[in-house]
Amino acid sequence: MTALAHVPTPTGQPAAPPPLPRGGRRRLLPYLLLLPGAAWLLLFFAVPLFQLAAASLYDPSGSLSTGYALTWAFGNYPDALQAYWPQFGRSFLYAGIALVLAVLMGYPLAYAIAQKAGRWKSLLLVCVVAPMFTSFLVRTLAWKTILSDNGWLVGLLRDVHLLGPDGRLLATPVAVVLGLTYNFLPFLVLPLYASLERLDYRLLEAAGDLYASPVQTFRRVTLPLSMPGLIAGTLLFFIPATGDYINAELLGTPNEYMVGNVIDSAFLVRLDYPQGAALSFLLMAAILAVVFVYLRRAGTEEVL
Amino acid sequence: MSAKTTGHDTPAGDLRLVNLTKRFGIFTAVDDLGLTIPQGSFFALLGASGCGKTTTLRMIAGLEQPTSGQVLLGDRDIARLRPYKRPVNTVFQSYALFPHLNIFDNVAFGLRRRGIRSVDDEVMRMLALVQLDDFGHRRPAQLSGGQQQRVALARALINRPQVLLLDEPLGALDLKLRRQMQIELKRIQTEVGITFVHVTHDQEEAMTMADTVAVMNAGKIEQLGAPADIYEYPATAFVANFLGQSNLLAAEAAGPAGSDVPVTAHGARYSVPAVRARVATGPVYLGVRPEKLHLVDAADRVPAGHQYVTGAVTDASYVGVSTQYLVRTEWGSELSAFAANSGLGGRVPVGASVVAHWDPRHAFLLPRQPGADDSTAGLLDEPVGASS
Ligand SMILES: Nc1ncnc2c1ncn2[C@@H]1O[C@H](COP(=O)(O)OP(=O)(O)OP(=O)(O)O)[C@@H](O)[C@H]1O
Ligand SMILES: [Mg+2]
Repeated sequence: MTALAHVPTPTGQPAAPPPLPRGGRRRLLPYLLLLPGAAWLLLFFAVPLFQLAAASLYDPSGSLSTGYALTWAFGNYPDALQAYWPQFGRSFLYAGIALVLAVLMGYPLAYAIAQKAGRWKSLLLVCVVAPMFTSFLVRTLAWKTILSDNGWLVGLLRDVHLLGPDGRLLATPVAVVLGLTYNFLPFLVLPLYASLERLDYRLLEAAGDLYASPVQTFRRVTLPLSMPGLIAGTLLFFIPATGDYINAELLGTPNEYMVGNVIDSAFLVRLDYPQGAALSFLLMAAILAVVFVYLRRAGTEEVL
Repeated sequence: MSAKTTGHDTPAGDLRLVNLTKRFGIFTAVDDLGLTIPQGSFFALLGASGCGKTTTLRMIAGLEQPTSGQVLLGDRDIARLRPYKRPVNTVFQSYALFPHLNIFDNVAFGLRRRGIRSVDDEVMRMLALVQLDDFGHRRPAQLSGGQQQRVALARALINRPQVLLLDEPLGALDLKLRRQMQIELKRIQTEVGITFVHVTHDQEEAMTMADTVAVMNAGKIEQLGAPADIYEYPATAFVANFLGQSNLLAAEAAGPAGSDVPVTAHGARYSVPAVRARVATGPVYLGVRPEKLHLVDAADRVPAGHQYVTGAVTDASYVGVSTQYLVRTEWGSELSAFAANSGLGGRVPVGASVVAHWDPRHAFLLPRQPGADDSTAGLLDEPVGASS
């Protein structure tokens, strides 16, 4: 460092020797700030992930009592998929339908809160988040009551003949999709709200001034400008919804089970660790693939 | 209102504002405005910040619902028409360019929304007009303020609307570019016959470009007319000092005598032709524009027929084309006088006692609040034409 200090800078002025201890600490600071998070991730994400990967390759004939051997049993993957592809497909189907419903409800909601609510904005936002103050499980159990066969909702739907005399909601795919939609809606609304909040209404006025009808204004200005929020929101909705198993468990029957239920039972009931781990990795890979394709397409078209 | 009440001779017709009022809560931003802007004319709206200019434009554009009154285009009341159905475009004070579209798409926006597919030639022509030929692919955030302003102009102009509303469209441009754009705007306006309603803080811009200038104050039009008429014979003290500067001496008038109105001001007697008196009795302002005030060193050199006050030069500032003097009168007010740097006549040193004289045909009488004192320009550091 002392030698460096005498090297003239391009202007010909000798560089002032940097105050060593402070400069050194400055360079370290970003790493120090990273340290807690990095350590956390390593301990509780990377290590378990690695373990899970190892478990998915265990000899499937092993068990908790006899012990497992790492035999690089790649066959676990096709086996798991073959046994549980219906649950797999259902996960994506239900989450996809729920996502569409959530966007149809959540976009107008976020738009209204961000652009039209005026001084009610904060209160409405609290209302969106408020359900999160109670547990996920309790909320889903509440839905069980709402959708139950002798509840008012089913009664009403039967009265207006939307449901047959012994039609029901609970224990049907409809109930599971409704539960997913409800439970993950705030994850969609909040990022969407954040980007619609930043939308300058004067741009909407300018579009109207330039002959864009309200529909065209939405299509050409509002939607593209809220795309970052919509993408973030759909991901935050879709990823946990696909892996969810509470809704199918409480509001559905084994006929509605999603891949989360299978993983749950593999680990906690059947104690088939290799299969549970293989299914977990398959789910992760499938979600990553969907997200990747989605981001590629959305990213090239409308996003800034 | 004006005699032109129907648009039969002109299918599109004049833009008329009838009893147009806008209140925000109890605050009246635009107060019972009545105006006729003939089709194809260049109308400039001048006024202090916050006097309601933008609000007026927004009501014409349809972005603000009037509290009461009508906006007529020809025979058609468009006050309740949605903005996108009006043949009106706006150059916004805040530009309001679409950040997610490049410059080309910004400019093409209006044409495309009306279903026009082949826009390339027209857009390129517009970009050339505002000297942004090579910027089509850039995003608005990558342009300077003045460049963005020109994009806003091109984006509105390309639609050739019946009425173009310009809310300080040249405010961010340097003097040279501004002059250039003024000439272009004026050319387009006369060529295409678009009605321009132009809000500006630049009096020179208003006066050089507009057929009609309206000076607005607190939601009302104080005076409306051809630029020269307003400048030479303002209607109120506000206009006299908003459009250019004026020396206004507090005076008392006692009614016309023949073709003149005699007044007394600070113990001296003056007179103004009756045709240049807005009021002829009671408290008045005797007004003279600084460039109509000439300085000589002794009372016997005042030309015959001129009137004068004596005083001493307290400040002289050289601004190139002219020298601006401040003359302190015996009663303490400061008058301002501009002398052209024509090379004739020397410069008057600070401290010299002088006689400031004027031709009474250039003076004017304006109404004055009882008790109000002299209102003289006195601001040497603010040359004519600067924003107010
Ligand atoms: N949405 C609104 N709510 C309440 N008051 C408003 C609103 N819009 C404008 N005003 C008020 O109305 C008055 C006129 O505003 P306007 O924007 O028309 O002024 P302006 O003449 O364009 O001023 P400037 O030269 O600064 O642009 C101002 O006092 C402003 O505060
Ligand atoms: Mg304004």
